[in-house]
Order: sequence, then structure tokens, then C-alpha cells
Amino acid sequence: MSTRRTLAVVTAGLSQPSSTRLLADRLAGAAADELRAAGHEVDVEVVELREHAHAIVDAMLTRFPAGDLADALDTVTNADGLVLVSPLFTTTYSGLFKSFLDIVDPDALTGTPVLLGATGGTARHSLALDYSMRPLLTYLRAQVVPTAVFAATDDWAGQDDDGALPRRIARAGRELAEAVGARPAAGPQDDPFGDTPDFAELLGGS
Amino acid sequence: MQFGIFSVSDVTTDPTTGRTPDDTERVRSMLTIARHADAAGLDVFATGEHHNPPFVASSPTTLLGYLAGVTENITLSTATTLITTNDPVRLAEEYAMLQVVSDGRMDLMMGRGNTGPVYPWFGQDIRNGIPLAIENYALLRRLWTEDVVDWSGQFRTPLQGFTSTPRPLDGVPPFVWHGSIRSPEIAEQAAYYGDGFLHNNIFWPMHHTKQMVRFYRQRYEHHGHGRADQAIVGLGGQVFVRKNSQDAVREFRPYFDVAPVYGHGPSLEDFSAQTPLTVGSPQQVIDRYGAFVEDVGYYQRQMFLIDHAGLPLKTVLEQIDLLAEEIVPALRTIVEAKRPAEDVPLNPPTHAERVAAARTAGRSGATHVGDGGDAVTGTRAEEVLR
Repeated sequence: MSTRRTLAVVTAGLSQPSSTRLLADRLAGAAADELRAAGHEVDVEVVELREHAHAIVDAMLTRFPAGDLADALDTVTNADGLVLVSPLFTTTYSGLFKSFLDIVDPDALTGTPVLLGATGGTARHSLALDYSMRPLLTYLRAQVVPTAVFAATDDWAGQDDDGALPRRIARAGRELAEAVGARPAAGPQDDPFGDTPDFAELLGGS
Repeated sequence: MQFGIFSVSDVTTDPTTGRTPDDTERVRSMLTIARHADAAGLDVFATGEHHNPPFVASSPTTLLGYLAGVTENITLSTATTLITTNDPVRLAEEYAMLQVVSDGRMDLMMGRGNTGPVYPWFGQDIRNGIPLAIENYALLRRLWTEDVVDWSGQFRTPLQGFTSTPRPLDGVPPFVWHGSIRSPEIAEQAAYYGDGFLHNNIFWPMHHTKQMVRFYRQRYEHHGHGRADQAIVGLGGQVFVRKNSQDAVREFRPYFDVAPVYGHGPSLEDFSAQTPLTVGSPQQVIDRYGAFVEDVGYYQRQMFLIDHAGLPLKTVLEQIDLLAEEIVPALRTIVEAKRPAEDVPLNPPTHAERVAAARTAGRSGATHVGDGGDAVTGTRAEEVLR
């Protein structure tokens, strides 16, 4: 069994630098460290949705992803594990984050281990992870790990110096690493029509 | 290679004038466009089939039947005939009638249709799209090739002792294409029957088209109809042409920017890079379309969408002239020189070629079913009904 694993990180932060990206990197780093400690080689690939914002809307209108966006979608759907992080806007994940997931093939994430993260102004919104983001990925039949990590502005200030955020990140990273390590390497789909039934089967089934 | 035009029959406001044709005017425009294409020497005119505004082409065989009477050489076809929501019995009857009326100067292309509500309007369910396409077409073929049909299936009332009339011209059914953009099952269906496969790639990147056509070719060979490079393939296309490239871009951009399907999305430049849309001079079209054989292998039919998005009739007719005079002759020479072997079909089969092949193989059917009964089983329709 191959020991190489690829983690794809999708970050929907809009500002530059972005606290959403910061959280995404911390989560991916924690998961990658755990996987390496377990003897895996790890590749981490980051998809910044801001760079694909126009292409995502174009893909919704034309129904095909073009250029770099097609590559980004391949990165996500071929990954062994995903870190998905969105800022919370108006009580939920951002429209850009949802639009990106809307153009992912609805079957492509089936069984894929996913770690969820979100950022927001205050901790009052932290449950959005569990009432909006988690059901979205459940619908896509992804394997969402139990710990999802919310980071409010205060969390970055270090005032809450009992280390709650780093501890949550470490626990979430460990959960993702365990889920990814427990599965065989995904690898790219080489034959897009490989599961097309023979016509005799199609005729019989009609 | 054949070169033709296909229409989706949209009634769209001309964004440069604000003028919208009514349904009557749009239908008459389609007739004018088809007659003009015939007179200009294009090879194919195909009409879409839609059952919802803003489209007017609900009744293809009425339209094509009229055109059969007023055109000379052009092959009349569809893009596409809805195999899912039409009763296959009516399709067998209507297209056999068109075949007789046009003296074999027609073929047709099956498609599923992608408008959800059309299915329930005709008593069907879009979730059954693929099974409907498979069962209905299997019945349609039997109605054309067997004189008396007993049949039962999942989607329509059973048939006992049914004979579809008129029997196909010379006992040989029309040539059939299957059109699909995304469903490998339909490419598999085309391959299974040895029918043609048209990938209407006008809104799709070539790498996707390439995969679908390669799959169809492999399966065509697998099902024993010939080599993969002998399968009958068609592609869609979209062009807007002026002698001078900048003029074409300037004139077409306002239509592009607000067009149905892709308007308000990517720029004209991006969409042209991503899809076969080519807006420019005749030479640009020749260069681009002359290279598609490198991606999909030598193919037999290239269709162009030229009359949508509110383009005025006069402009569309000019596009036909530019295609017929400035583009097709040169393009044909270029692509036909790339045909890999003499036994790779130059064009899709004509009716005469299909009749000759059927007679050689002993496969032509009856041209009348009456007292003599079914040529194969001896069953007479009257006996079954009595």
C-alpha cells in the first residue's frame, strides 16, 4: 500500500493576508505532521478560492470549469483528505465557498475524509460549523471528522492563553490524519467512462 | 465531410435594436435559412425540438416535410429528436413519412432533452432519461425493421400485432445519430447499434469532446461494426464570420455578451479559447476547424450554430454565404486530406448506400405489409387483430 497521501486545502478567505488561510494552514499542518509521524509521505496542495472567484461563476453559467479552476477541482476530487475552511458571512459559510462546492461533482467526495474549519468575528457564530457546514458535507457523503475548528478574532490574540485553539487544531488534525491513514491512497481517476455499463446490461435494465 | 447548420429555434430579442420577432416570423426565418443553405450548397440543415418558449421548433417533421418539398439537395435532419418524451410509435411513423416524402434525403439525431419540466408535460420523469432513451429507441428500431411487432416494456402501453406505416423507404430505415454531451451511456448506445454519434461540443472544451468520441469509437469497434476509425462521428460548432476579423468581433460581441446559455459569463475571448466558438475571418475558422480531426480523428459531419441569440435574418443569411463560399470548400479540402484510409467513410451513409448495403446483406424489409403478411414470420396484422 502506498504511503503517500495528498491533502487538499480549500480556503475561502477573501482578504490578503487572511485569517481563514491562516487557520487552514494550521489545520493542514497539524494533519500532515500526524500523517508523517505515522510514516506517510504527505503532499499539501492549497486552493485559494479567491483566485478562482470569477471562474467559479463562469462555470455555473457555462456548466464547465475552465483552465486553472479545472485543475483546482481535480486537486480537490483526487485528494486523500480535505481541509475546508470558510469565513462565516451572515450566519453561514460564504457564498463563494458554497458556489465552489456546487460545481464539484456531487459524487466526487463520497467517503473522502474532511476536516472543517471556519473563522468569524466572535465565538457566538461557532455553531455554524455544525448546523450549516457539516450537513453540506454530509449531503456529499464525505467522511467529516468529529472535531471542527472555529477561530474567532480573539483566538488569534492569545488572550485565551489556556491554548484552546492550538489544542483544537491538534485534535482535529489527528482525527483527519487517522481517517486518511486508514484508507488506501485515492489517486486520480484514469478512466472517466470505466464504470459505464455494457449496452446489453443497459437494455436488460430498462 | 459534410458541413451543415443546426438551429435551436430560439426567439431572442436582438440586443442591438431591442426588436423581438414573433413566433410566426421566427418559424418563417427558419424556413428561409434552410432554403438559403440549400441554395448556397451546404450539406445539412437540422432543427432542434423544443416544447417550451422561447423556442418555436415543436414540430420538426412538419417543418422538415415542407423543406423537403422546396429544397433540392440539402440533407434534412434533427438536432435533436426527443427519444425520451416522444412516443416511439409516433416517431417511427413521422420519420418514415418524412423519409418517403423527402425521398431519403434525411436522417435524424436522437437526444434526451435537458429541460426538466418537458418530461412531466409528456407524462415522463427526467430521472428515467437514460432508460427511456434506451427502451424507446429499441422499440423504434423494431417498428422500422420488423413488419408486425408484438412488444411490451416499462414506459408505454404494450403493442400486439402493430405495423408502423408507411414502411421505410425501400425497406431501409433512416440513418440515426445519437447526440449526447455528457452521458457515456448514449455513446455506448450509438456504438452498440453501429449508429452515428454527434458530440454537440459548442459549449464544451475539446478535451471533453475528445474523451467522449474516443469512448464511442472504442465501443463501436468492440460491438463489431468495424474499426474505431470507421465509426460515424459528428461535431457541433459555432462561428461568426466577417471578411475582417475585427469586424466580426465588434459585430458579434453585443450578441455574445447577453446570449442565452453563456451570456453574462466568460468574456468572448475566454469562451472562444475554451470552446469551438470562433469569431473572426474565414481563414480563422478554416484554421481552427481544420484541426479538430487531430483531436477526434476523421469525422463525417460538422454542424454550425449560426442563427441564435437574436441575430437578424439578414446577418444569418450572410453567414451562410460566407460559410458556403469562403470556408467550406477550403475546409473540406484540408480535412478530407487528413482521412486516414480509403475505407474510412468520407461522409455519413446516404439512403442509396444504405439500401445497397442492406440488399447485399439481405436485410432490406418489406415496403408494404398487407395480405402477404410479415415477410419474416408470415403473421398478418389482420389475423392478430381479429
